Amino acid sequence: MKRVYVNEEWCLGCHLCEYNCAFANSGMKDMATALKGKTIYPRIHIEETDNISYAVSCRHCTDPICVKSCIAGAISKVDGVVHIDKEKCVGCLTCVLVCPYGALAPGETGIMQKCELCLQNTCGEPACVKGCPNHAIVYEERGDAE
Amino acid sequence: MNSYVIIGNGVAAVGCIEGIRSVDKDGNITVISEENHAVYCRPLISYYLEHKTDLTHMNYRDEHFYENMGCEVIYGKKAVQIDSKQKQVLLDDGTALPYTSVCIATGSSPFVPPFEGLNTVEQCYSFMTLDDTLALEKAIHQDANVLIVGAGLIGLKCAEGLHGRVKSITVCDLADRVLSSILDTECAAIMQRHLEANDIQFLLGDTAVKFDKNTAFMKSGKQVSFDILVLAVGVRANTALVKDLGGEVNRGIIVNTKMETSIPDLFAAGDCTEGEDISYGQKRVLAILPNAYMQGHTAGVNMAGGNAQFDNAIPMNSIGFFGLHAMTAGSYDGEVYEEKTDCKLKRLFTKENRLIGFILIGETERAGIYTSLIREQTPLDSINFEMLRAVATTAAFSPENRRKKFGGVV
Repeated sequence: MKRVYVNEEWCLGCHLCEYNCAFANSGMKDMATALKGKTIYPRIHIEETDNISYAVSCRHCTDPICVKSCIAGAISKVDGVVHIDKEKCVGCLTCVLVCPYGALAPGETGIMQKCELCLQNTCGEPACVKGCPNHAIVYEERGDAE
Repeated sequence: MNSYVIIGNGVAAVGCIEGIRSVDKDGNITVISEENHAVYCRPLISYYLEHKTDLTHMNYRDEHFYENMGCEVIYGKKAVQIDSKQKQVLLDDGTALPYTSVCIATGSSPFVPPFEGLNTVEQCYSFMTLDDTLALEKAIHQDANVLIVGAGLIGLKCAEGLHGRVKSITVCDLADRVLSSILDTECAAIMQRHLEANDIQFLLGDTAVKFDKNTAFMKSGKQVSFDILVLAVGVRANTALVKDLGGEVNRGIIVNTKMETSIPDLFAAGDCTEGEDISYGQKRVLAILPNAYMQGHTAGVNMAGGNAQFDNAIPMNSIGFFGLHAMTAGSYDGEVYEEKTDCKLKRLFTKENRLIGFILIGETERAGIYTSLIREQTPLDSINFEMLRAVATTAAFSPENRRKKFGGVV
């Protein structure tokens, strides 16, 4: 199955992926209206130190510990994609406590959100990949164990 | 064809069903459910009182779950005995269910100390099950004064759930602090202040010794009037089925990393068990939901002839009250690294080149990176721990490690 991968040698640390992600999931048509002057809650985030930077989003693990740990039965894996049912999530943060990648965070309302590969929004393909100016983030198949 | 019997219908049972079906698509699975409900999310009962969820959304699996998994569920019956010679489980209505293997997922029950005069209290509730919750919800009203005995996870989540729906909430506990099983004095004080700011009143280092109708007589000599009493003193693992057979039982049913009990073909999972806590190096009851699922799944795979191990269990809790979150994991031993401000606190516990535990209050972003260090027993000299202790980031890992984490399928 295709997943989002990042090449940290090519990542410029420009944070554009965070904005593209927030916009793609905003449901709005205009980027400025969606994001200008607002705190954004992207589902991808840049990790950076003095000499490296790279984007982190959900790994859609083969054996996801968030699914097993969710106290609300709100996280499931459907066709390889780890999905959060926002109607069921109560924002207890247990998934944050267990995710080894730091890939989940609450959205504006306190309900959890994470990368779902833009399959459910109007973008249709990962917006972070589409908008990455240095092609550091890619969406591809890499040897699947499943 | 194999016949699997699962005693209990909680999260451990679901793990077991899914574990069995990952190996054996055809065997018979029978689930014995004492509660007359399909599996639901027990930890959500306080969120239900808060109106953050409802009965439909509290289901742990969808309505076709048992059918899709090819399970038969027997509701409203209790397993009273296991006959390990004849290999059958006996129910309270006399039914005998033959088995190839059994998973005991009986959970725990509220522990009620022998309080004098408790039988004179008309409105007395536990807070463990959905039925407990529905009964409590029926009893509460805007003018009710509620006394909760027990300032642990259950008592305090109950307090949060009732907030705004009753007149006053007082919580007492013999311990001198709140959440004494997971927080030390200083951390507990932060949570207590926040709870008090949200109108929860406390009587700590003090507990009820006697009741007379609507009055609790405290150890200190104080008297507390209440309309509704909630007992959340503690829980006891339901171990009788194994104990009666002479199997190995301590505070919970003793299991190994395959979830086998000391008796052949009997497995156990969830809150009724006592398994290895790798952060502590000894067996402990780890009554938390993730553990229940993972133990159940491991048991299921092994019952069906597969080979699964659950060998990295640790205690871990994410608990929030009125917007303030605390996360804890592992054991609090060894050297301490600490950062704190008025309402935020971070404590990391390290021992012999390993992270073995942490307490985080107020700032919990990406805490799972810390949790994974404990579960994977990562040598701290293989990462940039100085960077990591300041902020939870995978940037503190070596480039090879990061390539493994982010460059391929995990």
